[in-house]
Amino acid sequence: MSALTDDTLPVSPRAVRDEMIVFVLMAALLAIVPLTGIYPFFVMQALCFALLACAFNLLIGYGGLLSFGHAMFLGTAGYFTAHALKVWGLSPELGILVGTVGAAGLGVITGVVAIRRQGIYFSMITLALSQLLYFIYLQTPFTHGEDGIQGIPQGYLFGIFNLAKPTVLYYVILVGFLGGFLLIYRTINSPFGEVLKAIRENEPRAISLGYKTDHYKLLAFILSGTIAGFAGSLKVFVAQNASLTDVHWTMSGEIVLMTLVGGLGTVFGPVVGAFVIIAMQQYLAGFGQWVTVIQGVIFVACVLTFRRGVIGEIAHFFRRSL
Amino acid sequence: MQALYAQLLVGLINGSFYALLSLGLAVIFGMLNIINFAHGALYMMGAFCAYFLLNLAGIGYWPALIIAPIVVGIFGMILERTMLQWLSGLDHLYGLLLTFGIALIVQGVFQNYFGSSGLPYAIPDELKGGMNLGFMFLPIYRGWVVVFSLIVCLATWYLIEKTRLGANLRAATENPTLVRAFGINVPRMITLTYGLGVGLAALAGVLSAPINQVRPLMGADLIIVVFAVVVIGGMGSIMGSIITGFSLGVIEGLTKYFYPEASNTVVFVLMVLVLLVKPTGLTGRAA
Repeated sequence: MSALTDDTLPVSPRAVRDEMIVFVLMAALLAIVPLTGIYPFFVMQALCFALLACAFNLLIGYGGLLSFGHAMFLGTAGYFTAHALKVWGLSPELGILVGTVGAAGLGVITGVVAIRRQGIYFSMITLALSQLLYFIYLQTPFTHGEDGIQGIPQGYLFGIFNLAKPTVLYYVILVGFLGGFLLIYRTINSPFGEVLKAIRENEPRAISLGYKTDHYKLLAFILSGTIAGFAGSLKVFVAQNASLTDVHWTMSGEIVLMTLVGGLGTVFGPVVGAFVIIAMQQYLAGFGQWVTVIQGVIFVACVLTFRRGVIGEIAHFFRRSL
Repeated sequence: MQALYAQLLVGLINGSFYALLSLGLAVIFGMLNIINFAHGALYMMGAFCAYFLLNLAGIGYWPALIIAPIVVGIFGMILERTMLQWLSGLDHLYGLLLTFGIALIVQGVFQNYFGSSGLPYAIPDELKGGMNLGFMFLPIYRGWVVVFSLIVCLATWYLIEKTRLGANLRAATENPTLVRAFGINVPRMITLTYGLGVGLAALAGVLSAPINQVRPLMGADLIIVVFAVVVIGGMGSIMGSIITGFSLGVIEGLTKYFYPEASNTVVFVLMVLVLLVKPTGLTGRAA
């Protein structure tokens, strides 16, 4: 598993300070977006995917587990939240809770199965599990099959914040994103995160040191799935629908692509990657299927020449860890 | 009972494709340490190759059965020489990501020109019609697909397990450096192996063209099922891949008859059960 991290430098004491500076910069930049006239819908969507990619990155970048089925958390949380809001008429905060808990439950069930194999098998298993879920959602009535759940009411968060107003919604999404991001950041810098990195580097040695590696991997998988689900719940308020696209394997591929472009195993890489890919999809929307081809080309180019990703390259150039 | 036998036949046909594809995946994984995500796209290219041969050059099914795998095999070998070979020594996951990208490119290009609908490909005259077996009506073409796939699978098994070439190949899988010391050109062998695995996928594509129509996304969903088949069977043994492929096809066919709602998902559910009971897969070695 070492090839993944050959080029990254050990985290120096300065790194945490660097990262905090970048984090504050990022938060400040995102906070002024509504004042700049940038289309907020685009940024909100990108923020949801950024959190999703960060959750995915927690597994691959720090646990060495490449999940090719992370769309299942996005889609499941989306369906659960959408159903809770529209059919049960729950308030937004409860809707988000339902979606996130649903994704966490899914993480427990799929995690128990998926972590039984390592490496490449793990990827194939997660892909197969998400395809299984895709067919289940295609057939169960509550998802409305091909149509998806449409016209979801946005409501008032905590009874105060009117989510139908784009600016209010934007800041709610931003707070959600930053909270999720900090949770992931805290996790990778905790003793738990250190053990995960040890498992990624050399699992047999971690076992010989007395760590129950399966427990750690399962916990990381559940945590990653839960945060991905939280991102999926937030996305419901932005897109106001939940559909099969969010569970499809192409979506899982996009999550992988975002993280790869930004930089696997970097703290800020997935955020940058998500913005790059979402922007690309916006601008190239008129090109139809060529978008798929371009995504494929980016995959190939990244793997062959650009394995560190945008942030990874910058960090490598400045000899910092970001 | 007629319906049951018909579904069993459909299951056997799907099983043939699972076997041919998972066999190729296993052979490629053995030599290149790469899970070939592009396998489904190359299967689709095989079918399109047969379609082009017929509609542009007037070359029929029988020559296509040989030409398409060779053409797609050469395409695969070019991919291996220009891209995949640079990944040796890197983590497995990069091979998966690279071939996923290749699959997106190939499928995207074909979708652009041919949309998502299916193009018809006629059954060759020699295999038209059917025969009455007493208990069921057997369309000759479907019977042919099952028998021919089985022969190809067994021939591949014989090539790898029983011939000198196969012995070299298996040795190179275990220890490439040592095999090179004996004067065997291992890089060339790797390229040819990838060509062989890809050729098997293209052959399956040609076989399926008259049954499933020729569609740009025909391989995209299939490859995920084949991944589940590979997880169930493990990639340690060639015969294991063949047997697992055919049996899962049959089980899927039975499910279509007894509980059609689950026919899409049964292979995945079986994968979950196998992982819970015997995580290494039915025939696989511990990974």
